[in-house]
Parts: sequence; structure tokens; C-alpha cells
Amino acid sequence: MINYTENIRKISSDLLKSGKVDVVIGYKSGTLPGVNEPFLAKTPEDADKLVWDSQCRLNLANYLTHRKDKVGIVAKGCDSRNINTHIVERRISREQVTVIGVPCTGMTDKTRLKELAGGDILTLTEAGGKITVKTAKGEKTADKNDLLQDNCIRCLHRNPVINDIPAADPVPEVNTTRNNDAIEKIEAMSADERWAFFDDLLSGCTRCYACKNACPLCYCPTCFVDESRPQWVGKGDDPVDVRTYHTLRAFHCAGRCTDCGACEAACPMNIKVRLLTGKLEKSCYERFGWEAGMTSDVRPALDTFTTHDPEEFIK
Amino acid sequence: MTDFEPKIITFLCNWCSYGAADLAGVSRFQYPPNMRVVRVPCSGRISPKMILAALRKGADAVWVSGCHPGDCHYIEGNYYARRKFTLLKELLEYQGIEPGRLHFSWISSAEGVKFAQVANDVIAEVKKLGPAKHFIKKTPGEIAA
Repeated sequence: MINYTENIRKISSDLLKSGKVDVVIGYKSGTLPGVNEPFLAKTPEDADKLVWDSQCRLNLANYLTHRKDKVGIVAKGCDSRNINTHIVERRISREQVTVIGVPCTGMTDKTRLKELAGGDILTLTEAGGKITVKTAKGEKTADKNDLLQDNCIRCLHRNPVINDIPAADPVPEVNTTRNNDAIEKIEAMSADERWAFFDDLLSGCTRCYACKNACPLCYCPTCFVDESRPQWVGKGDDPVDVRTYHTLRAFHCAGRCTDCGACEAACPMNIKVRLLTGKLEKSCYERFGWEAGMTSDVRPALDTFTTHDPEEFIK
Repeated sequence: MTDFEPKIITFLCNWCSYGAADLAGVSRFQYPPNMRVVRVPCSGRISPKMILAALRKGADAVWVSGCHPGDCHYIEGNYYARRKFTLLKELLEYQGIEPGRLHFSWISSAEGVKFAQVANDVIAEVKKLGPAKHFIKKTPGEIAA
């Protein structure tokens, strides 16, 4: 990992020095241990603040939208697929972007880290696939692979799909199955059980919109939640409004979501919102054979069609 | 439950299904008056927002009908609609909405008979399901009561 950080710093500083890019979007250490924050390095000196470890949960493609300058961007597998989505949706042009591709071995889950620590984390160190957290009470070490985020366990593309300057050699893909146990478990329930399951799941939502702010797919000038004439969804914490919000938010990501997990990583209430986007991702693959962000020249699933799309449900 | 008369919000595309509804009326084909028709320019105009809004305000079911694939007035609007509906139907059913609450059909403006027949089918199916249980937003008064 130290090696990754050094490579990223060197590549970024070279890019900035040569004037090939005006800014490098990467991560720097956050104010709290265990959380890295997005950082825009604008000078070669800034590049020394860039870091890489297993706490880079946010999706940096989010910061590409509407940029007019030349941008270098640190991208793991999922981020690179979102960069592709941005290029397809003309949020940024391919010529503007230089991708510093980072082969990713997964990010740690913030909740699992907290459970491991059992208190406020004072320092966090990572070496040789082990993570050590220090709290006021003492020190605890665990295997990084036991702390991964759910989406990282299921990840099928750990290596960036667009990669102008690789920061390291590719890592082997670990997961080979598309099966999503969490979603299949819900599908096996009865309709009433499913309704109750999601009522319970979303009951903690405070409508802070962190999930949509962390999501690189959300860039409409006016979000449907802010529309008032007509008002499609109420603003309070009425369960039906909350359900409507989450349903529509997930639907807006249909065929575009790369399962990067930024939404869940950002959620202060630990709501598993990926259970909704994951279902749509699954449907897109089963119905249209579509996987988001794999190339930069094919329109996403809902922005294209074939004449023989499935329609057995239409009378 | 036998005297339950469902309210079904029906989105009809201006060019085909709305014409079919008109033809069914002119031809005096009978179907029960459980539908509230909303005329839209194209089935591709339908956003999930509209379908959810209908359910939220107490509709017992939503039925969307447009031109047959290939016959869209705007050439390809209903192809996009078809993909949208596929995903929306799966997402809502996954969340616990009964399959009979959402209906989709292709009816051309010459198919008055089909219109009346599908209308009868939809209404019969929703009657069997009973009043909508989910996704209805209660007003503050109703919550207090």
C-alpha cells in the first residue's frame, strides 16, 4: 500500500509538473483515522499529500462532473467504470481525463472497523493485509479481508477498465460469481414480508441525502426531491415519502450503477441502500445483458433498446 | 369485498391507446367505469415518478398503454418505455407491491375490442386483489385517527 501511495504521488507530481493536467483528484488523509477524504492536488507540492490505503471508500468520479480543465484522477475499478459512464453521458470528455488506475483489493467497511475497535479509533495502521486499530482501551488487529465492504466482497472488476497510467500491476480477480445472496434472500420472501423488510430497512432514514451526494450518478441541476410543482415526493420522514425517495433514487441509477458502495459508505444510519440499486443492477444484467461502465461508447441500458427486448409482462 | 370498486389510474398514449379507448366508446363496447384516464403524448413520457404518485394518492392500480412496438408515433418512444417498465415492475414487486397492481399493454387505435377486453381483465384482476395496501400516503389527519 505504501508503494501505491508513492507511485500515485510520483505520477501525479509528474503530470502536474508537465502541465498535462491542471488538477489531480485523489484522496488525502481525513481528520479522523479510518476515513480518507477527496483531495484536489493543484501543484506538484500538493501531490505529496495524496494517499492510498483501504479507507478510500468514496467514488472520485463524483468530482469530474462539469469540470472544464484537464483532470488527472485516481481511480479504482469501480471509479473507472463511473468515469466511463460520465464520458458516455457527456459529463466530461475522454481527452480531458487522465486516469491513474489503481488495482484495488477492496475497501474496509466503516461499520466493521467500528465493531472491531469497539470505541473511538485513535490511530489506524495497515500492513501486509492486516489492519490494526488503536483505541483508548487498547489495540486490535484483524485481517483486512474480514473487514471488507459488502460490495467489495462481490466485486467483479477490481482492476480499472480504463487506465492511462497504472499505479501498480493488476491484481487477480477474486470473485467470479454474479450471485447476490442478500438480494436472492429477499426475493424468496412473500410480498408482505418484502414490504415489511424494506419498511424496517428504511425506517432509520433521516433524508440527509448523503447517499445521493456521494453518488457520481446524481448530477441533475434540479433533483426530483427538490421539485415543487408538481411535488413528486414529500420532504418529511413519512415512511411513504422515504420509500418513494429511495425507490426513485435507485431507479435513476438503473443501468448506470457500478456498485461502488459510496452510498452505503456515506450513510450515517448504515442503511443498506445497495439492496435497491443491486436489484436493478441484477435486472439489467438478466434482462438486457447489461453491465454499467465497461466501455465508453455504448449508451446505458435505459438510454437504448433492441426491438426484441423482453415483454412477457405486457398485454 | 364483492362491492369493492377499484380506482385505476390509466395512462393512455395520445396516438394509439387513447384512440382505442375512443373507438371502444363509439363502438359501445362495455367495460366498467373504474378507470381514470390520463392522456399522455407517448408511453415513453411516463416516468416512474408518475406511477408512484398515482399509488401514493390512493390508486388501487396503474395501467399504462401505448402503441405496439414499431408503431410509435415518435418512432421509438415505446421501446424506451418497455425497458423502463421492465425494471420498474421488477423493482416495485421486489419491494412487495403485488404484480396485479401494475399493468402494461400495447393497444393500437384500431383495437377497440382489445381495449375493452384488457380493461375488463385489469379491473377483474384488481378487484380480486382488493384495495391497495401499500405505498398510500396518509394525511396527518388519517395518521392521528
